[in-house]
Amino acid sequence: MSEEKKEEEKALPDGARGAGEAQTPPVDPEREAKLKAAAEARAARAAAKEKADKEAAEAAPPEPKPPSPKQPELERIVELLKRDVSEEAVEDAYVNELNGDMPTVVVRNAHWRPAAELLKRHEELSFRYLRNVSGVDYETHMEVVYHMVSLGTKREAAIKVKTEREGASVYSATPVWATAGWNEREIFDLLGIDFPGHPDLRRIMMPDDWVGHPLRKDYEPLDSEV
Amino acid sequence: MIRTEELLLNVGPQHPSTHGVFRIVVKLDGEVITEATPVMGYLHRGTEKIAESLNFTQIIPYTDRMDYVSAMTNNYVLVHAVETMMGLEVPERAEFLRLIVMELQRVASHLVWWGTYLLDIGAMSPFLYAFRDREIIIDLFNELCGARLTYNYMRVGGVKWDAPPGWMDKVRDFIPYMENKLEEYDKLVSGNEIFLARIKGIGKYDAETAIDYGLSGANLRCTGVDWDLRKAEPYSLYSRFEFDVPLGKNGDCYDRYRIRLEEIRQSLRILKQAVRQFPDGGETMGKVPRVIRPPAGEVYVRIESPRGEIGCHIVSKGKAEPYRLKFRRPSFVNLQILPKLLVGETMTNLITILGGVDIVVGEVDC
Repeated sequence: MSEEKKEEEKALPDGARGAGEAQTPPVDPEREAKLKAAAEARAARAAAKEKADKEAAEAAPPEPKPPSPKQPELERIVELLKRDVSEEAVEDAYVNELNGDMPTVVVRNAHWRPAAELLKRHEELSFRYLRNVSGVDYETHMEVVYHMVSLGTKREAAIKVKTEREGASVYSATPVWATAGWNEREIFDLLGIDFPGHPDLRRIMMPDDWVGHPLRKDYEPLDSEV
Repeated sequence: MIRTEELLLNVGPQHPSTHGVFRIVVKLDGEVITEATPVMGYLHRGTEKIAESLNFTQIIPYTDRMDYVSAMTNNYVLVHAVETMMGLEVPERAEFLRLIVMELQRVASHLVWWGTYLLDIGAMSPFLYAFRDREIIIDLFNELCGARLTYNYMRVGGVKWDAPPGWMDKVRDFIPYMENKLEEYDKLVSGNEIFLARIKGIGKYDAETAIDYGLSGANLRCTGVDWDLRKAEPYSLYSRFEFDVPLGKNGDCYDRYRIRLEEIRQSLRILKQAVRQFPDGGETMGKVPRVIRPPAGEVYVRIESPRGEIGCHIVSKGKAEPYRLKFRRPSFVNLQILPKLLVGETMTNLITILGGVDIVVGEVDC
């Protein structure tokens, strides 16, 4: 690639990069054959899997499961949130069977701050220990997950707050749990979710002049050589 | 009182007592710290991003490099998360091997902490003693999996290698040896007046603050909060063994020191029982599908690493690679309280307090 072309490519905005490389490569018969063989193998595997799935579905008709022992815990959290915060505070609630029936509640963003206060301070729940905060980019939306536990009763809960991808923003939980501080900074840095109410929201892992948020699914590095 | 000019002092990222590439910028009034700002990210490798394009077996070596002083527990938290998602059974022999290496690792990790902490404070020889004894554990691991620091030992469903003949005898011999050495350590250091003057009543906080800041491990237990995940939420085979959870009451550096030394003793106690109960035969790998694809959904698991609660949050879309993998790193969370502790302390105490938190920068930055 000529020096000039390189310059030009750097000047282009993110999405436009690579558009200049549309020349067709010379056809390599060996490579073509390999590609074809790989495609055939893929198709065969997919067909086999489909067949196996179908058989499995026929063999085991789903049985109604008994309700989880943690169902009452979940219902109590939802009840309290609805009663003391707002009727609309809870978007969704379920037990996460994969994770030892962890009670999981999706709280609406607008009600998240008072909900956080309630979860921590309510005598019955007393989720005083916030053990983990994760951010997830689901491509359709973003999600912040707060895993908390009550040290007295050892009950756990996962609280999720959903937000749009564009202008993602979730009310900060740092004024409620100090431990959320750096965790939220990390999510801000790597996923680009804003946390209004956070006392010190800056990048924490990446340099201050970094462009973009690396853990977003559509992240493209500004300088492809880094 | 004489007013002195405010001084901005940069500590690290290459200062030897910052344990790696941790940097902290402090504002000093004379010798008293008025503000402290940690600056992280010098060791950020984007493990969580890299993991999104790797399958689970390929991620295991990356976990070794997070908390490189305690790689075995990091291995475990990842494989444990995947096993929880897939509902896999781990053969008893494999689970015993895992537990034994994790407890040996805890001893090794606390030894590194003990040695380097005293080195920070100004005692050279304890470091040499600690590393001499840690070397035995490192050699045991080397024999088991061919690596001294980054073991890559555990797999989803079991462990990679069975213990070679005679290995378990060496572990058995190590236990009384280490118990004797611990007494020696206590005689050498624990009663030393100069040392005690440096750490007693320094870096104090109460239980309420510790819980609010989400501290874990010795940093939480030094305030008297009885929260050790091996007891509170037993995983692996811990419910089968007898051991105590050492607690402090003042929440200062001295309590953290005592707890870590006592934890070595308790780990040896667990090891003694585990070696005795170790099954004679059996598989080291369970029945695991050829390609590991956890079902769609998410899971958060946590275990007690030497530094506190290490957690793994996996979001899966049913593929061989995780959709999102997040590690809750105890060093990162524990470090958060540091700026609060440092205000009003002297510069010399910065080293004492930072060392007392016990961080590994590979884990802070991940």
